[in-house]
Parts: sequence; structure tokens; C-alpha cells
Amino acid sequence: MRVLILTLSLLLALPALAVQPDEVLSDPALEARAREISKILRCPVCQGETIDESNAPISRDLRLYLRERLVAGDSDAEAVQAVTDRFGEYVLFEPPARGVNWLLYLAGPVMAVLALLLGWRFVRSRNLPEEGPARLSDEEKARLDRIMRD
Amino acid sequence: MIAEIGHFALILAFAVALFQMIVPMIGAARGWGGWIDSARPAALAQFGLIGISFAALTMAFVTSDFSVALVYENSHTAKPMLYKISGVWGNHEGSMLLWVLILSLFGAAAASFDANLPPKLRARVLSVQAAIGAAFLAFILFTSNPFARMASPPFNGRDLNPLLQDPGLAFHPPFLYLGYVGLSMAFSFAVAALIEGRVDAAWARWVRPWTLAAWVFLTIGIALGSWWAYYELGWGGFWFWDPVENASFMPWLIAAALLHSAIVVEKREVLKSWTILLAIMAFGFSLIGTFIVRSGIITSVHSFASDPERGVFILAILAFFVGGALLLFSVRAASMQARGAFAPVSREGALVLNNILLAVSAFVVFIGTVWPLVAEMAWDKKLSVGAPFFEKAFTPFMVALAIILPLGAILPWKRGRLKRVLYPLRGALVFAAAVMALVFAVSTGHSALAVIGAGLGAWLVGGAVADLWLRTGNSGLARLRRLPRADWGKAVAHAGLGVTFIGISLLMAWQVEDIRVAQVGQTFTVAGYDITLEAVEERPGPNYDSIVATMRVGRDGRQVALLHPEKRVYPVQAMPTTEAAIQNGLFRDLYLVIGDEQQAGGWAVRSYIKPFASWIWLGSALMALGGCISLSDRRYRVAAGARQSRAAAQPAE
Repeated sequence: MRVLILTLSLLLALPALAVQPDEVLSDPALEARAREISKILRCPVCQGETIDESNAPISRDLRLYLRERLVAGDSDAEAVQAVTDRFGEYVLFEPPARGVNWLLYLAGPVMAVLALLLGWRFVRSRNLPEEGPARLSDEEKARLDRIMRD
Repeated sequence: MIAEIGHFALILAFAVALFQMIVPMIGAARGWGGWIDSARPAALAQFGLIGISFAALTMAFVTSDFSVALVYENSHTAKPMLYKISGVWGNHEGSMLLWVLILSLFGAAAASFDANLPPKLRARVLSVQAAIGAAFLAFILFTSNPFARMASPPFNGRDLNPLLQDPGLAFHPPFLYLGYVGLSMAFSFAVAALIEGRVDAAWARWVRPWTLAAWVFLTIGIALGSWWAYYELGWGGFWFWDPVENASFMPWLIAAALLHSAIVVEKREVLKSWTILLAIMAFGFSLIGTFIVRSGIITSVHSFASDPERGVFILAILAFFVGGALLLFSVRAASMQARGAFAPVSREGALVLNNILLAVSAFVVFIGTVWPLVAEMAWDKKLSVGAPFFEKAFTPFMVALAIILPLGAILPWKRGRLKRVLYPLRGALVFAAAVMALVFAVSTGHSALAVIGAGLGAWLVGGAVADLWLRTGNSGLARLRRLPRADWGKAVAHAGLGVTFIGISLLMAWQVEDIRVAQVGQTFTVAGYDITLEAVEERPGPNYDSIVATMRVGRDGRQVALLHPEKRVYPVQAMPTTEAAIQNGLFRDLYLVIGDEQQAGGWAVRSYIKPFASWIWLGSALMALGGCISLSDRRYRVAAGARQSRAAAQPAE
């Protein structure tokens, strides 16, 4: 289905790899934080890439901006907020769990509970009668299993 | 001339499909033998005609006939032959032609094999298959004609997107289509059974091989796509939770559920209506995938000839087939009486849980995929749902699945005891615990993912071994060879899932990355490996120019690898691609990428050490292999038909 004509090609037309050596911060702890954050931020002009992978100039700008904020002492949340303020919720690959997005987050668990309840009801309805003439002792059953397997 | 023959054959195929859709269905309803029998030759003729059409288009690509607009837009005389051929399906029109070719291939296969299929059921199956074929042939003929000519043919073409000029991607789409379209057989069988109002063990036995084959193809197709992303995109990502990836992953999950529930129908004649519903949904998700890719309604890196008109057409096809099948289902489902009874703790119970987990996880993927669309339409909110969401929302289901899988795999049918199945699994438990301890000891820092993932993987592999061991009974290893192939297939596929679990979790937790500027001749150290950038030179390729680096990787003074990462520029499409140099190893991949020349001298270089990366695809290969082994089981080949002798004596397995 996906002979991938990557629209990404458009963006690759800018000859550069994602994170460039000159962007990397000298403080490894800070850089690690920057990398983690840039993996959850979406490149605003790309088709579904993070700014960490993207080669678009705006992604580079965002990566640099993000690092500036971190160097200036922002917490992770503050830095993400700073980017979101500029570009909107669209840049968050993990939509914030508030407002209507609760539906998104609850859909899976609710469905799971529902399915388990329905499944349990079905299983109960098919349950074997506890007492019956065909009940074998465990020993007999094990022997029968063995015979059936051979 | 050849293109016109292809076009004409396609129109004839459409006519044959219409015939095959209507006549056998009426024949089956009225009991007219001749009309019923017409389904087989029609299916073969349809396949032959679409085959001619596809051959004609391939011919146009091979001979670079630029008077055909599609060839002009997607090919170039300088392109290597392999990519001239793969260029046939590297575009919207050609890939749709491949789609219907495979659809008719499955129809022809159903017409030729399955000698035991009752003629009426066969006629109905082929009729439904032809209906799908007719819809897509109409789609091609009316909206996406691959044979359109150019008034004034240019001298050369515009070339295929360079990212697609790759062996992994050349074969990725055909396998994926074989999978998607293979699920149409399960759908056709489901609809035919609904029309007949009859689902029994024999039906499940007929439907299972098709589902299994489709699932194997999907597994291979998805694995090829992810492997391609791994080595081609230049940083070794292998799964992005992109809408189009999800579009192939949802049918895979549902098909996995379906092939397990079909076992329950086959062995125990319960879960009938649920299995029918899964068969409808599996193909429904395939169609949704087609819709997502072709309509461009959801932004994706794989956007593909997006065109609203085509999107509406596919939406109509989707609504007609899935809606119609569900309507039929709602009318007829009540007549599917379950026969067998079973206790909650039993193989049946475990498979019900398997189905719940797989179906709900597919639902989670679906919700995440369409949520941006829903949010925009309903609340005018532009938002994104990506990897961080899916990793949180989807993973718990896979963890639960992995925990119960080895238990369910050895639980007896009808009634089991948890204590009794834990005993034979004690070895697997110890093994998993040992692996977890080892991983915990080796890794530093955040490693919950590594510990849990590797532990679950080991539990799955150990469970598969225990399963085989248990099946040998008291008669020792000699029996192992005489086990039914289905048992082997099951164990191999389950172990494969475990191997993939280990690969994904250890790669994600332990990967080491290094980005730097390196001067030619400079040596730097990454995670114990000494990497030397020895030389960088220009080298022309057949239809691209390339910058090739020579990099030596050593460890403890010994040379480990000499690698040549490349950066290519394809002048026709004015587009660069990175060709990472990878040394695959059983326990780690070395992954080197050369970047741009820096103004101050030196080159941007990225080096990755990727532990256990190849296990992801090794596990996928094992899953596909397990499916193939299971497919070759004797019971699908010998007297698969005996509908009358319904489950009188339950075989032990």
C-alpha cells in the first residue's frame, strides 16, 4: 500500500542530515535532554517527522531554539511549552491529555475493559457443567491425554 | 500498440469480473450447475487478462516507452533494470494494477486448488472475490488509467524517486499487497458463509490457509519496509507509527487474531460469528489502508498521489463492501450456533483472551491514527499523534499478550489448570528470569524497557521450546520429527515473536549514538570501537553521483570492519540520499553515516552502535517461516473437505 513516495523527499532536497555536529551542546546531560525532547516534537512543515529526524531548516531552527532554552535554564516542560506557544499543539507528537484528548487516551482502556467483560460473559455462557457423567479423575485425564497425544 | 493491448485486456477483465460476480451467485442460489461451474473458468480468464495487462505495462517500463505518461513520470533510461521493473508498482496507477492482479491471482488459486470445496460455496466465494475485483478494476479504468498516452513523447523520463530505488523497497509493496489482498479471500469466504448461513469446522479449515498465507505475506512486507527504513533513512529508525505504517499494522494484528480464532472454530466449533466478524474487519482494515494512502486525507510521510476524487471512490468501495458485509452479518450472525462448551481456563479461553488483546490493540492503533482527523473535523483542532502516544497506549497490550501466550499455547482444550501448565513451563520461567537478571546486570541507567522486553522475549522463546518438548511426550526426541507441521509452525512463529521482542527492547534501550565532525585520518572512539575516517572520494554511479567515505572500525587493536557509507545525489530528481554502511552482527550492528563537508574542514559523521538490531528482522523471518511451516501441514493438503464427518473425534491437537 505504501510504495513510499516519501514527501520527505521534498525536505531531503536540502542536503543535510538531521542533527548537525555544530548543534550538539558541550554538556552531555543537557544534550541528552535536548535529544529526548526533540524526539517528541513534530517538524511543523514535514509529513510526520520529529525535529530530531527532519532535515528541514525550520527543524534545525527549532533544535537550536530548544537548546537555547535549555541552556538558559528552562525545565523540559518549560522548553516544550515555549515551542508549543509558537507553533500550537500540532508540534506535540503526544497530544496533551486534557480536553477532548481524554477520549483518545481513554478509548483503549475503556475498549479493553468492555471487551474483557463481553469476553468473560461469553466464556461463562459456554462454561462446561461442573458435574457430569463424563468427569474423569485427574489421573484418568492425564492418561487419556497421553493416549491422545501418542 | 502494446499499451493499447494492455488497456483493452483490462477492460475485458472488467467485463469478465462482472460476469463472474453475477452468474455464479445466481447459479448457487438457484442450484443451476452450469452457472455454478462458470465461476472457475471466469476466475482463470480474469487472472489471465489482468496478467496480460500487467505484462503490457511492464513491457512499457522495460523498453522505456515514454509515450506512456506513467512511464515518463516514473522512469528513466539510465535506471537499472531492477528498478525499471519495480517502477511498475512504484506509483499509484501501476500499484493499483498490481493490486487487482494479485486479487485475481487469489481468485484463480481458489478456482484451481481446494478440490474438496463444495461447488456452491466455491461459486459464491469466487463471486464475492469478483465483486471486489470489478470495483477496483472500475476504479483503475475510470480514475487511474495506467496506459494513458502522451501527445508528444519526451526523450527521457523523470526517473523514479531515488528512495524507492532500493532492493528492499522493490519487493516491499508486492508482499504487502499479497497480504492485504490475501485477506480478501477470508472476506469472500466469510460473506459466502453468511449467504449460505453455515459456518462449521470444515469452513474454518478452508479459510485458515488463506488467512495464514496473507498474514505471512503481511509479515514479510512489513518487515521489509521497516528494514528498508532502518538502512535507508540514515539514522536507523525502524518503526515510526506513521499512519501508513499503521495502515499495514492493523490488518496484521486483526489477521493474527483471525488465524487464532479460526483454530477455535476448526477444533471446537465456537467463536463462529466472531471469526466471521474478524474476517470482515481484516479486509476492511486493508481497504482503510488503501484509502488512507490514496486519498491523502491523513498526512503521512508516505503520501502517494493524493487525489480527493480517488479517495471518494475508494471510500465508496470501502463503504459498500464493509457496510454490506456487516449488514449481512447482523442479519445472519444469530444463526451461527456455537457447539462446544469449555471452561474459562482452557485453550479456548486463552484464545479468546488472545483475540481480545489483538483486536483491542488494533483498535488503539486505529484510534491513534484517525484521531488527528477526528479532532480537526469535530473541534477544528490541529494536533498530532505519534510514537510517544503509541508506545504508551499500545505496548501494555503486547506485554499482556506475551505473558499469557506460552500459558495458552500449552493449555489443554476444554478445561485446564493453571498449576498444571506452569509445571512444564518452569524451565521457560527460569530462563526468562535469568535473562532479566543478566540484562539488568549489564545495562546501566534506565533499563526497565530492556529488562522487561528481553525477559518477555525469553519467556516466549522458552515457552515455544517447552511447547515442543511437551508435545514429544514420553517418546523422546524421535517423536519431535514426526510432530505435525502445525505444531512446529506454531512454536517457530511464537519463538519468532519473542526474538523480535528482544531485538526491539534491547535496541531501543542500549543503542549508542555519536555525532561529530571528523577530519580525514582522524580516529575517534564510540562505545569501545575505534572508528577512523580514512578517505572520502567522489564516485559516479549509473544514474547518480556519489560521495563515498572509507571508514575503518577497530576494537582492541583488531580491525572489525571496513565500511563505505555513501551520500548520493540523483541529478534527475535533484535529490540526495544517504546510504548508511552497516555491518550486521548477531549481537550488534555497526551503522555509519557520512554527512556534509564542513566549512572549517572535515566531515559530519554519525556513528551508531545498535545492539541486537538484526533480531527484529530475524524474529519477523521466524514468524513468517512458522506460518509457512504451518501452511504445509498435512491436514490442509489431505481431504481437507470432509464436511460430513464433523469433529466426531477430536484430535489431541
